[in-house]
Amino acid sequence: MLDQSDSYVTEDGRTIGPVVMEMKNITLRFGGVVAIKDISFDIREGEIRAIIGPNGAGKSSMLNVISGFYVPQDGEVLFHGKKRPPMRPYEVARQGIARTFQNIALFDGMSVLDNVMTGRLNYMKTNLFQQALWKGWAEKEETENREVVEKIIDFLEIQAIRKTPVARLPYGLKKRVELARALAAEPKLLLLDEPMAGMNVEEKEDMSRFILDVNDEFGTTIALIEHDMGVVMDLSDRVVVMDYGKKIGDGTPEEVRNNQDVIDAYLGVSHD
Amino acid sequence: MSHTAAQTSSGAGQLLSVPALLERNATVYADRPAYREKEFGIWQSWTWKETADEIDALALGLLSLGVSEGDFIAIIGRNRPSLYWSMVAAQSVGAVPVPIYQDSGPDEMAYVLDHCGAAYVIAGDQEQVDKVVEIKDQLENLRHVIYVDPRGLRKYDHEHLHPYKEVQSQGRAAPAEIRSDLAARRARLTYDSTCVMLYTSGTTGRPKGVVLSNKNVIESAKNVSEFDHLTEREEVLSYLPMAWVGDFIFSLGQSYWCGFCVNCPESPETMMTDLREIGPTYFFAPPRVFEGQLTNVMIRMEDAGRLKQRMFHYFLAHAKKVGGRILDGKPVSGADRLKYWLGNLLIYGPLKDTLGYGRIRVGYTAGEAIGPEIFDFYRSLGINLKQLYGQTEATVFITVQPDGEVRADTVGVPAPDVEIKIDDTGEIHYRSPGTFVEYYKNAESTASTKDAEGWVATGDAGFIEESSGHLRIIDRAKDVGKMADGAMFAPKYVENKLKFYPDILEAVVFGNGRDRCVAFINIDLTAVGNWAERNNIAYGSYQELAGHPRVLETIRSHVEAVNTSVAQDEMLSGCQVHRFVVLHKELDADDGEITRTGKVRRRIVEEKFADIITALYDGSDQVSTRTEVTYEDGRKGAISATLSLVDAKVQSAITRAVAAE
Repeated sequence: MLDQSDSYVTEDGRTIGPVVMEMKNITLRFGGVVAIKDISFDIREGEIRAIIGPNGAGKSSMLNVISGFYVPQDGEVLFHGKKRPPMRPYEVARQGIARTFQNIALFDGMSVLDNVMTGRLNYMKTNLFQQALWKGWAEKEETENREVVEKIIDFLEIQAIRKTPVARLPYGLKKRVELARALAAEPKLLLLDEPMAGMNVEEKEDMSRFILDVNDEFGTTIALIEHDMGVVMDLSDRVVVMDYGKKIGDGTPEEVRNNQDVIDAYLGVSHD
Repeated sequence: MSHTAAQTSSGAGQLLSVPALLERNATVYADRPAYREKEFGIWQSWTWKETADEIDALALGLLSLGVSEGDFIAIIGRNRPSLYWSMVAAQSVGAVPVPIYQDSGPDEMAYVLDHCGAAYVIAGDQEQVDKVVEIKDQLENLRHVIYVDPRGLRKYDHEHLHPYKEVQSQGRAAPAEIRSDLAARRARLTYDSTCVMLYTSGTTGRPKGVVLSNKNVIESAKNVSEFDHLTEREEVLSYLPMAWVGDFIFSLGQSYWCGFCVNCPESPETMMTDLREIGPTYFFAPPRVFEGQLTNVMIRMEDAGRLKQRMFHYFLAHAKKVGGRILDGKPVSGADRLKYWLGNLLIYGPLKDTLGYGRIRVGYTAGEAIGPEIFDFYRSLGINLKQLYGQTEATVFITVQPDGEVRADTVGVPAPDVEIKIDDTGEIHYRSPGTFVEYYKNAESTASTKDAEGWVATGDAGFIEESSGHLRIIDRAKDVGKMADGAMFAPKYVENKLKFYPDILEAVVFGNGRDRCVAFINIDLTAVGNWAERNNIAYGSYQELAGHPRVLETIRSHVEAVNTSVAQDEMLSGCQVHRFVVLHKELDADDGEITRTGKVRRRIVEEKFADIITALYDGSDQVSTRTEVTYEDGRKGAISATLSLVDAKVQSAITRAVAAE
C-alpha cells in the first residue's frame, strides 16, 4: 500500500502526488435521512478521482461535503493534513477549490466571456468605484485577468462563442463554459458534478478530452461524479463506488469493475 | 509609389523565387504588416522584416535538422502564419513544400506522404501529429516531425518530434557555416526550381502531385495582380485550405508579389467574426460561403422589426434594379443614383459592414458555378464580386472577368498571357506561363494532359461566346454523355440550377445512356431547419427532416421549376428530372463521396447508392437502404433508412422519350 505522503508515476507518465484531501468516517444526515454513512477515502494530488453510484446513492452530497457546502454531522475532512473548519463558499474558493454544477449555474444573460471572467473574482482587488472609473489599477487588473481567461477560452476551444450570451448556447457548450469558469479560478482541486450528463457520444468524447487535458496541462486534481460507467473507467485513476450512502468499492477502475458488490449495485439485486 | 518602383526596378530579372520576393519585401515593405493572426482574442501581427527573421530562423533550424535540397516537406494544418512561413522556409533551403489537406484521414495522408516520399512533416497540432504517428511505419523516408501547437504533445516520444519554436531557436543559434549554407542554397534557386507541389483532390482516382515552378507561381501572381491593380495595401483573410492552389496563390504568391498582408482567423468557427474585424479588400470564396451568408441574412431579417424589414426589402429591390449597373459604370439616372446613395447610407453600407465586405475592392468566386440570384445580390450591394475559371495545373488562372464585364453565366476572358482553344469535342485547352511542370512520378498522366507544345486539356467542355469573347463552361467533358435517344446529357447544368435553391445543398443527376434522368438531393440543414422551425415542424434528426412529406413537397416544386427552365434549352431539354430522392445523409468527403474541395465524385456516389438508383428507375415508391458512414476519426458506422421516391412533372419537350416507353 502507498503511504499518504508517497508519490508514484502512472502508466501514461503522470505523477500522482501525496494525499491532498482526506475524508474520515463522514456521516451526513438530513433530519432522519442518512445521505452518507461512515465513508472514508482520500484524493491524491494530480489524480482524477471519480465517485460513481446509482441514482440517490449520495454522490452529489459527497461532492458538497468535499466543497464544504455541507458540513457532516460526524467525521472530519482533512485538507493538506489539517482538519477543515466549517467555511463559507468564498473561503473554500480561496483555498483553491472550484466546481461545476449538475444543472448548470451560469449567468444566462451575460456573454461567455463575462461568465468566465466571474471566475476571476478572487483575483480582483479593486473595488466597484475604481472599476467604474476604469483607471490605472482597475484597467491593468482587467487586462491581466482577461489574459488568463483568453488562455482558457483558447484551451477549451470556445473562441467562436466568446461574445455570445450564454442563454443562446446549446447544452453541451454551456457545460464547457461552466468548466471554463471553474478553470478561470485556477483551482488546485476541481470538482465536476456530472460533467457529461445529457450529452451525446461526441460531446462526451470532447468533454473527456478536455478533462484529461486540464489534468495534464495544469496538473489540476479532479474529483468528478459521473453516471456513465464507460467514461469513468476510461478517465479516472481511482474510483469510489457508493450505493445507498455507503461506500461499496474503492480502487482502480479495473479493481472496481471486478468487485462483486459493485456489479450487484449496478445490475441490481434484491434488497431484503 | 514604392509599390510600383519595387516591382519595375527589379522586374522578374532578380525576383526568381519566393524567398527572393521575401528578401525584397523585408527591405521595401520592412515595417508594413505581412501577417496577422488572432490569438487569445487579439490580432497579433508581424511586419515583413519580422517575417523574414522568423522564416530565416526556421530555415536555419531545418538545416540543423539535416534537410537536403530536393527533400519533400509536408505541411499540414489550418491557416496559420507559422505554416505559411514553413513553406517559404522549405523553399529557402531548397526543399519542396507539400501542403496537405488538414481534414484528410490517415489513409489519404499515408498515400500522399508515401507518394512524394516526404522526409519531414510540419504539423499544426496534436490532431495532425497523431495521424502522422499512426501511419509512420508505412513511411520509410520520414525522418522528423515538427509541430506548432504543443498542447497535448508533452508526453509524446520526442526522438523524432520537435516543437516548432525549438527548431527556430536552434536555427537562431546556428553557426556560421550553416548560415552560409542557407545563403548558398537560396542563391541556387532559379525560375525553374520547384516552388510547391500540390495534390489535386481528384474527382476520380488517386490524387496527383502537381509540380509548380517559381516561374508558374510568380508569373501567374504577377499577371493577375496587375490585372486587378492589387497593391501592398490589400488585406486578405486566409481561411481556405492551404493545400488548395487558390489559397497558395492568393495568400502566398500574390501576397509576396504585392507585399500585402495575410490575416489568419482564430479558428475555423470564428471565420465570420474575423472576416468582419479585418474587412478584407481582396477576397476569395467558393459559392457556398456567399450562399451561406445570404441565407443567414435572410433568416435574420425575418426576426427584424416591421420598419426595418420594409426598408430592407424596399432598398434591396432598388439595388437589384440599378446596383449592378452603377458598379459596371453604365448610365443610371440621377434620381436612381440619389436613391441608391440613400440606400447605401441606410441599408447597403451597414449590411456590408456586418458581412465584413465593407472594404472589398475585388472579390472572386470560383470552384463551382454560383447562382445568378446570389451573384447579383452581392453585386447589387456594390461589392465587386467576379468569377474566374482555373485549375491547379494552370496555377489557378485560365479566365477572369475584367471589371465592368461581369456576368453570372460566363467565366470571363483569358487571363493575361493565357491562350485558349476549344477542340472539336468542345473541350477547353489552354497554354500559359502558369502551365504546370509535371505530375510528380506520373509521366503517363503528364503526357496525356499536356501535349508537346504545352497545351493542357482541362477536361471541361465549354465555348467562347461570340458576342462578348467570354468563356462559358457547360460541364466536365467526361460527365457530358448521351441519353438513350441521343440527346445531350449534361448533369452539372441541371445540378447547378437545383443547387441555386437555398434548400438544396447538393444534387447529383443521373441519366447517361438511359431514357430519362433521375436525381439525388441533399437538403441544406440550415435553410430547411429554419423553415421547419418557423412552420412548427418537429424533427429529431437530419434523416427525419430530409424525409418529411412537406420537405419532399417543397423540393418537388423546386425540381419542377428547374425542369421548366431546362426545357427552354432545346439542346438539354432531355435532362429534365423525372424522379428524385432526398438522401438520408449528406454527401461527405470522409466517405469519399465528395472531394475535400467539395466536388461530387459521381462514380463513387453511383456505385455506393446503386440500389437507390435502381429503385428510381424501376418505379417503386420506396426503397430501404443501409449506408456505411465514416466518422471524422475514421471509425465506421451504418445508417439504415427507408426513403420515399418522388415523381416530378416534366415539360413537353421531352414527351417523345416518355411516349417511347
